Amino acid sequence: MIALLIRDLRLSVRAGGGFGLGLAFFLIVTVLVPFGVGPEEAILAPIAPGILWVGALLACLLSLDRIFQLDYEDGSLDLLATAPLPMEGAVVMKAVAHWLTTGLPLVLAAPVFGALLNMPPEGFLWIMGSLALGTPALSMIGAFGAALTVGLKRGGLLLSLLVLPLYIPTLIFGAEAASRGMAGFEAGTPMLMVAGITLGSLALLPFAAAAALRINLR
Amino acid sequence: MDHVRVKQKRDGWNWLWAWANPVKFMELSGRALPWCVGIAVVTLAVGLIWGFFFTPEAARFGSSVKIIYVHVPTAMMAINIWVMMLVASLIWLIRRHHVSALAAKAAALVGVAMTLAALITGAVWGQPMWGTWWAWDPRLTSFLVLFLFYLGYMALWAAIEDPDTAADLTSVLAIVGSVFALLSRYAVNFWNQGLHQGASLSLDKEENVSDVYWQPLVICLVGFTALFVVLLLVRTRTEVRKRRLHALEMRERMADA
Amino acid sequence: MNAPADALVVRDMTVARGGVPVLAGLSFRLDPGRVLILRGPNGSGKTTLLRTLAGLQPAMAGTMSQPAEAIAYGAHADGLKAVLTVEENLRFWASVYGTDAVEAAISGFNLTGLRSRAAGNLSAGQKRRLGLARLLVTGRPIWLLDEPTVSLDTASVALFADAVRAHVAAGGSALIATHIDLGLEAEVFDVTPYKAQAATDPAAGGSFDEAFL
Repeated sequence: MIALLIRDLRLSVRAGGGFGLGLAFFLIVTVLVPFGVGPEEAILAPIAPGILWVGALLACLLSLDRIFQLDYEDGSLDLLATAPLPMEGAVVMKAVAHWLTTGLPLVLAAPVFGALLNMPPEGFLWIMGSLALGTPALSMIGAFGAALTVGLKRGGLLLSLLVLPLYIPTLIFGAEAASRGMAGFEAGTPMLMVAGITLGSLALLPFAAAAALRINLR
Repeated sequence: MDHVRVKQKRDGWNWLWAWANPVKFMELSGRALPWCVGIAVVTLAVGLIWGFFFTPEAARFGSSVKIIYVHVPTAMMAINIWVMMLVASLIWLIRRHHVSALAAKAAALVGVAMTLAALITGAVWGQPMWGTWWAWDPRLTSFLVLFLFYLGYMALWAAIEDPDTAADLTSVLAIVGSVFALLSRYAVNFWNQGLHQGASLSLDKEENVSDVYWQPLVICLVGFTALFVVLLLVRTRTEVRKRRLHALEMRERMADA
Repeated sequence: MNAPADALVVRDMTVARGGVPVLAGLSFRLDPGRVLILRGPNGSGKTTLLRTLAGLQPAMAGTMSQPAEAIAYGAHADGLKAVLTVEENLRFWASVYGTDAVEAAISGFNLTGLRSRAAGNLSAGQKRRLGLARLLVTGRPIWLLDEPTVSLDTASVALFADAVRAHVAAGGSALIATHIDLGLEAEVFDVTPYKAQAATDPAAGGSFDEAFL
């Protein structure tokens, strides 16, 4: 299983676009918002956690279709399915690889982008914390969506339509935790909810995603 | 096949599983349909006419209150239809009854229409009540989210060519989607406490709707349920016929090959 | 090695593509140390049969018995990653299967000179050789191969035949769908007579559309 993780990481580093693209997209979203709503600090600072969360979510979405699509097209998914590796394990590893290449860079870059949005420094830890807890759920839910649409020719748009509604609870609790924490309110409850969604997704969705993959390979 | 054997063991439920055989389904639904149409027409006519024309105007609400006779039933159906789709999906995944999968597919469009109707009537009612067409109130938002789930479900059905694969994948989506829809409901509640009144129909509350409004509303609820059954049967029959056509085409192609 | 438990035995199997049965009533066995060549015209269901045997799709009817964890499946597509080198591609599959036969596989298919070349820069025939070398690193006794010689030149076909011979001599077996003569000592199983007829009995409907007729 670790071999699969290493292979996927190596692929995304060498193929290019894996690491940088999501981050660049995140940056562009963050830069576009002030152009849209105006440069006043009083407007930007309160909405910064929400923008960062929506931006992270969209950046995550961008690379979802790569999770299984390439392996499906070149036949490795067939071979993986016949290999002595549980499909559920392969799904988890693929989601982890996706998180390491997409989610983790977003978490680390969040304070920089937060500063761009005039976010007060007290909020940095909160946005990083909520993203760190929440983005694994985004990767796992996304892997489920990617497993559903892997056999389709133009699955990308459909994938967004399927996955975005599933992202709503994570987004709500994550952004809520970050903005409450930033404003100095009690943020334990939403933080725990984000963690709960992540753990629940990691525990249950691999089975659903593996089932979807098997159906698609039939 | 395995499920045939299982079916014979459960004699008490045979009346239900008889619907699972496509041929039997067409026969039974064909016979049931006129009755369902009758019930739907009568209850809807009585309920809506009574509700719109023979109830007093409420002191605070004016005549706008009467939209309740469309708003509440459609909103309830929007949720109930999703639950029905979930149950039908589970039946398909566990027992592989084709009619069940097709019924779930057929219900989705009715469900999305009901959700949309609930949202639109809600907006029309909300405008004079709250002075706004739309508010990010938990109930409204939940329905919008439900609407998105319906759209995703239908898009997945439409995108997959092989009917059995489509049935399998949409069933998995319905199950996972239900969990996340429920989660969204709580998330939205947490996110914003809203304007919308609590459920108007719970019997133990003091703010309950008074009897004058209550009786036609119950009839309307029955009417909309019957309307759903009619639409579901008609659409499922269409889907069964489409499947039959597909099967015939496949057989022809095999004979040619 | 001749115990029946080591053999791949197929009894009365029906395989389907897209819900439509393509081959019905298939029965054969593949003993260790043997090669079975699958023949049949294009579209006759050879790939479907191999995918079913590999466990990628369920059989519509019938049974198969096989030793546990015995099958290595070689599909049309090689499942190679273009940006990984020849060696990295093989090492990945070796660690998935928990074996350490990379060197033998590289030399067996004459890939030594190409080992640090990215798979994306290989020619079609070289890619195919790499795809076949993957079989060696699986360490599995039963090979299911779908048109393994596509885009191979004569020398590479001979290389492949040698690999199969060595595999069989070591007690392995292979089921190969191919149109060319590999020069192997093998039985031939022609699937043409097993072409599924349109079922006329509606009760036969399991997971396919016959239930609707």
